Amino acid sequence: MSDSTACPACVGLPEGQLEKAASNGTTQIVLSLPGIHCVACINGVERALRAMDGVANARVNLSMKRVTVGTNQPVAPEAMIDALELAGYEARLLDTSLLGSDADAYGRGLLTKLAVSGFANMNIMLLSVAVWSGAVGATMHMFHWITACIAIPALIYSAQPFFESGWRGLKAGRLNMDVPISLAILLASGISLYETLYGGRHSYFDAAVTLTFFLLIGRYLDHRSRKAAASAAAQLSALEAPRVMRLRDGVRQMVDFGDLAIGDLVQVLPGGRIPVDGTITEGQSEIDRSLLTGESRPITARSGTSVTAGEVNITGPLTIRAATVGSDTTLRKMVTMVDEAEAVRNKYTAAADRAAAIYAPVVHLLALVAFIGWMLYSGDLRLSLNIAVAVLIITCPCAMGLAVPAVSTTAAGRLFRAGLLVKDGTALERLAEVDTVVFDKTGTLTMPAAARDALDAETQRIALALTQNATHPVSQAIAASLEGVAPATITGQQEHSGKGLSAIYQGQEVRLGSGAWLGTGRGTYIQIGVNKPQKITLRSELREGALKLVRDWQAMGLSVHLVSGDDLAETGAIAAQLGISDWKAETTPEDKIAYINDLSQAGAHVLMVGDGLNDTGALAAAHASVSPATAADASRAASDIVLLNDSLAPLTELPAVARAAKARIMENFTISTIYNVIAVPIALAGFATPLIASIAMSASSITVLLNALRLKGRV
Amino acid sequence: MNVLVFLIPASLVLGGLGLAAFLWTLKSDQYDDLDGDAWRILSDNDEPPTND
Repeated sequence: MSDSTACPACVGLPEGQLEKAASNGTTQIVLSLPGIHCVACINGVERALRAMDGVANARVNLSMKRVTVGTNQPVAPEAMIDALELAGYEARLLDTSLLGSDADAYGRGLLTKLAVSGFANMNIMLLSVAVWSGAVGATMHMFHWITACIAIPALIYSAQPFFESGWRGLKAGRLNMDVPISLAILLASGISLYETLYGGRHSYFDAAVTLTFFLLIGRYLDHRSRKAAASAAAQLSALEAPRVMRLRDGVRQMVDFGDLAIGDLVQVLPGGRIPVDGTITEGQSEIDRSLLTGESRPITARSGTSVTAGEVNITGPLTIRAATVGSDTTLRKMVTMVDEAEAVRNKYTAAADRAAAIYAPVVHLLALVAFIGWMLYSGDLRLSLNIAVAVLIITCPCAMGLAVPAVSTTAAGRLFRAGLLVKDGTALERLAEVDTVVFDKTGTLTMPAAARDALDAETQRIALALTQNATHPVSQAIAASLEGVAPATITGQQEHSGKGLSAIYQGQEVRLGSGAWLGTGRGTYIQIGVNKPQKITLRSELREGALKLVRDWQAMGLSVHLVSGDDLAETGAIAAQLGISDWKAETTPEDKIAYINDLSQAGAHVLMVGDGLNDTGALAAAHASVSPATAADASRAASDIVLLNDSLAPLTELPAVARAAKARIMENFTISTIYNVIAVPIALAGFATPLIASIAMSASSITVLLNALRLKGRV
Repeated sequence: MNVLVFLIPASLVLGGLGLAAFLWTLKSDQYDDLDGDAWRILSDNDEPPTND
């Protein structure tokens, strides 16, 4: 695509898509729709997109909150986003290459295997019940043969995930849960085939297939929660892939972030995030650095000011000369720092793996002891093998395989309905251990707000009239704090970039803006005519539910800390308001990580709640982490749980649910152990029939599932 | 016992039908958007459903 032939709409279109469009006449674009929630949204989005020229088809996926658009001629994704915004829906382009294939081949494979083993199980049980209830002679043999014909192909196909994972574990020199599972399935089928061939009485095919069926349920639940987590993470990183407006030889062009070179000129429009570290060459604006530093006040930037990737341009267009690009930018370095911190946390072993580490050797030893013992006692190889297999099947971790996934699926579902997205599989287990909470201030506990008390009624009305339509966050904060005031009538409104706002009120000029512009000190002032400018105090206002959250968590026995990049006075005031005695102000991102590490070394399990890029390292370093949906992309990616609402209220029950989930997991392990304690002596003594094995296995699995479902109620 | 000659194949065929039906629903993407489909059935949208 050369510059001379580019039409304005095609500038934003990645080249690959154009080629695809030319070759097969159709191409797909995926947009993320974070705001959709109902059938009206589905119809609205699909109608808005289908009305566009060139759009052949649009299909919303409500579960994934995204829309797949098929086009038969090139349409710029930006044009679709505009059309959706006009229709009232927020939309963002997703980088499909980062999302991976939409079709979840592994999950489908598991479901197919589950269906096949379910089918086989049902038919085998029909035949087995007949055998248990007393079918003998030729009928029993025929039933055993039919069972073998159904079970062996079904097992070869459905039990693959266990064989593969068990083999991988053995090759790596580890005994994972799948080794005893595979061994039980293989030995049970082997001995049953032998018994069938030689007309024996006991066939364990039903047990082997039931085992596979129940374990596949657990495996599928586990995969589903992992997939939800992975797709949330992929969605976040796909959103991060920015396209940048590059100025070269006077031509503006949208290019991929990766194509930028040092020295390139980049244009950043108001509201845009600065993609590179560099120096401003043109333009004047205010910059929001809060994501990087936690400092809540915007700074003024003009030609010559150095800027850092990740900052947000607020008021005017800026042209920036890139000094570092790609992986060298401050933003990317921060991401690397996060990855390093995260590597530490990944060493956490899930309860299921810890259980497997004890369980697998014990099971193998028991079976071996049974085999050797009976060999010595009776000298009958066939009998001893039968008993060893019975022991393996009865001890097989069927309920263990369900114990964790059933609980985490129920708990994650409950939290999702409350507005919390659990991103990480072991997050709940880690959250249950938390005893200390570290909050970030700006953007997490507080939102910026303006104090109205110092202004008289007339000034308040003028201030609202000036600020109500402005885009600057300070203006918006002032307007929000003046809710309920009737705006004054003003004319000739002007926005002075980097300075403030002005207008005419009753024949005199009124100005609202920075102290420097109005000839006074630091801060934001309002001036009417030639009167003395009045200061508008800006302060942080608590986010909805913040006070109750802190109180409730303290009442639960959690020790609450506050760490902020903001100044001493501001942080102290908020800490006092919330009743937090441990707080620290003016911290750098490294300080925050150090603060968390100090607490961890003192033996605390820290939960970090934060939103800024400056919190990202701390979020990853903490034992568990939560970030609001308004957080920086990198922060959301680094945290275990994302809060989807504006209010902090849903967080209150989080530790309780996590602790309840952990308690259920432990109960489930206990339940399956109790079943084993009762059934293993029976098997060791040689009294276990296939009927007893099946009953013990099904009963323990069902008890475990029911116990997990209790989480849906009160905790 | 001769009745088994019919009953066992019949149960296998019926079970097989169920299995085939499930695999068909899986193949035709009917589990991809459970929330969306639950809502769509309630809307009287005149546009024909498209499958892609």
